[in-house]
Amino acid sequence: MKMTGAQILIESLRKEGVEIIFGYPGGQVLPIFDKLYDAPIKLILTRHEQAAAHAADGYARATGKVGVCLATSGPGATNLVTGIATAYMDSVPMVAITGQVKSFLIGNDAFQEADITGITRPITKHNYLVEDIKDLTRIIKEAFHIASTGRPGPVLIDFPSDIQMKEAEFVYPEKIDIRGYKPTYEGHPGQIKRAAKVISESRRPILYVGGGAISSEASEEVYELAVKNDIPVTTTLLGLGVFPQDNKLSLGMLGMHGTAYANHSIMGSDLIIAVGARFDDRVTGKLDEFAPQAKVIHIDIDPASVSKSVAVDVPIVGDAKAILKKLNKLIKKPDTKEWIKKVEDWKDKHPLKFKDDDKVRPQYILQEIYKATKGDAIICTEVGQHQMWAAQFYKFMKPRTMISSGGLGTMGYGFPAAIGAQIGKPKATVFDIAGDGSIQMNIQELATAVINKLPVKVAIFNNCYLGMVRQWQELFYKKRYSYTCLGAGCPDFIKLAESYGAIGIRVTKKSEVRPAIDRALEINNTVFIDFHIEKEENVFPMVPAGEAINKMLDGGLA
Amino acid sequence: MKHTISVLVENKFGVLARISGLFSARGFNISSLAVGETEDPSVSRMTIGVEGDDKTLEQIKKQLNKLIDVIKVVDFKEGEFIDRELVLVKVAVTAKNRKEVLESIESFGARIENAGSKSISIEATGDQTRIKALLELLRPFGILEVVRTGRVAMSTEDKGLKAEGKPEVNE
Ligand SMILES: Cc1ncc(C[n+]2csc(CCOP(=O)(O)OP(=O)(O)O)c2C)c(N)n1
Ligand SMILES: [Mg+2]
Repeated sequence: MKMTGAQILIESLRKEGVEIIFGYPGGQVLPIFDKLYDAPIKLILTRHEQAAAHAADGYARATGKVGVCLATSGPGATNLVTGIATAYMDSVPMVAITGQVKSFLIGNDAFQEADITGITRPITKHNYLVEDIKDLTRIIKEAFHIASTGRPGPVLIDFPSDIQMKEAEFVYPEKIDIRGYKPTYEGHPGQIKRAAKVISESRRPILYVGGGAISSEASEEVYELAVKNDIPVTTTLLGLGVFPQDNKLSLGMLGMHGTAYANHSIMGSDLIIAVGARFDDRVTGKLDEFAPQAKVIHIDIDPASVSKSVAVDVPIVGDAKAILKKLNKLIKKPDTKEWIKKVEDWKDKHPLKFKDDDKVRPQYILQEIYKATKGDAIICTEVGQHQMWAAQFYKFMKPRTMISSGGLGTMGYGFPAAIGAQIGKPKATVFDIAGDGSIQMNIQELATAVINKLPVKVAIFNNCYLGMVRQWQELFYKKRYSYTCLGAGCPDFIKLAESYGAIGIRVTKKSEVRPAIDRALEINNTVFIDFHIEKEENVFPMVPAGEAINKMLDGGLA
Repeated sequence: MKHTISVLVENKFGVLARISGLFSARGFNISSLAVGETEDPSVSRMTIGVEGDDKTLEQIKKQLNKLIDVIKVVDFKEGEFIDRELVLVKVAVTAKNRKEVLESIESFGARIENAGSKSISIEATGDQTRIKALLELLRPFGILEVVRTGRVAMSTEDKGLKAEGKPEVNE
């Protein structure tokens, strides 16, 4: 059957199982929007294209499916850029579709023309400009394949408006053959055997698990590896939830704001089993002093991540789940009794601490949110101190329940991501742990949340500061708080929420914290809880930039 | 260390930008770059001269391999490949040294493409040592212009470098 390009796009999206896309209209996507008017695919109209990209990202992280966003050419496309870069850094499967000026105008500085394939080249896994209607279905099929396989990532399709109106026969390709793209899945059997031997012979092993284990759906295999062999587990920010944090082998997050016991354990280990993690600088601290006695097994689907910063003894390239399944069968349980004792000792000596007095402490709020939700909520975050407190004080129990911009650290990510997560998981309790600074970066999405009746709970940790930056200024710049105070100009978040039709709750006393959370959980509408927290509370422990990760500042709490 | 990397890529628009963008974004230095079609018109070959230690080279190869439009990456080993570059050189001459210049060029075996009264244009091909030697020979006379193609390289193995697709990573 003959169809227009716009129609072929919609039909192709349906073939890919897409039910929801996030987007914003404009001149160069009019033909597509016209087809969406009565299509079986639903478009969630955000109030800013950046939010459409983050929502698609949040949807993808919560569900494991490919998130799709759509914007017009020029400013619409450039507004997606931060969202695409965020997804790229955290390896999130996403397909971004942009309108482009008519193909014969490209290169002429036409109205609302931007070279979006050029702009996004370094922040996409791959991108396409549709030059011929005949290529369209192949491009869409390849885009979804590339976005969701191997190390996932965003793929952009730039789609000129004249080609949206051209006609062609709709035939969706069955097969894919991209000669330059053949991800490795199985893992080399010889390397897996070597890894098993090294693990069996280790005495002080530690599992260091990242977001890759979540994309690979490998949490059961990680669990088996840890629990059967008594190996403690630490995770990155994006790895939180891959291993239940109420398990005694859980060490929580490591790195700059990780737990002291996770950092001491990895530094004292004789074997690091890295799974879907990339030894990022926030994790390793000073590289020369990182885990000096440890051998390293590195399991990752991206060969370029292996031996990039830390030298690896046993690299295994492939899918974490497939590899761990085989590995688990080969390991002879190592003797880790002494080691576990030592790790327990670190846990006893250096627990996460905060001043639990009668003030509204952010850490206390997170503990209460954990208790109220029994660890069953999806926790999205913005970026800043509140994000780190969430990583430290909420106990993550299941994969895909921690949704945060780790690699890029994008303020303004959390709220639209929470919207995407709530749409992908309508029954879940979804929180956005926010700062007063970050929430104002995409606050317009209150409209999207309310209109779509999304019961997202936004917990604003209102310290009247760009707190994380202020903390650095306090510790390393002689308390010169240069342009980090947001007190003046801070909106009344309650009135603001109400003006969009959402519910606002203000909390100024410790005794109001839990009742506010419980009330928010009862409300079937978008809720802003404005927690007036201790203004100059700091995140500890903290490894100063460039230091070894066992040289932590404890803020006098220990 | 100097390396010569041969990269087979899809012969599509934008591929050169992807490769050069990768090098600049990751801070890798390209010392020379030559691009051309192969025996298969859907495939282009890029010969890239790069400098770096083993670790950097490893990253360059891995990052190149990550590009969807890259089909194959080979880092040529010393003694297992031939490489050539073509240069065009314009040398200044005067009535006085004209004969000496012409003799030097001839003894070197470079080709004279144009001989004017004020300058002589020469073409030469060779490996890097030879090209360097030529330029050194001519420098004293006054080089007015040098145009180099960038070197191309081919392995001397009995089989050709084919675009059969990416191999599985054996790690
Ligand atoms: C888009 C963007 N701009 C700037 C920064 C730098 N930055 C990191 S944390 C931070 C402060 C965040 O303030 P807030 O949201 O109030 O969180 P808090 O640290 O106070 O909890 C800033 C400005 C960033 N990460 N992202
Ligand atoms: Mg703040």
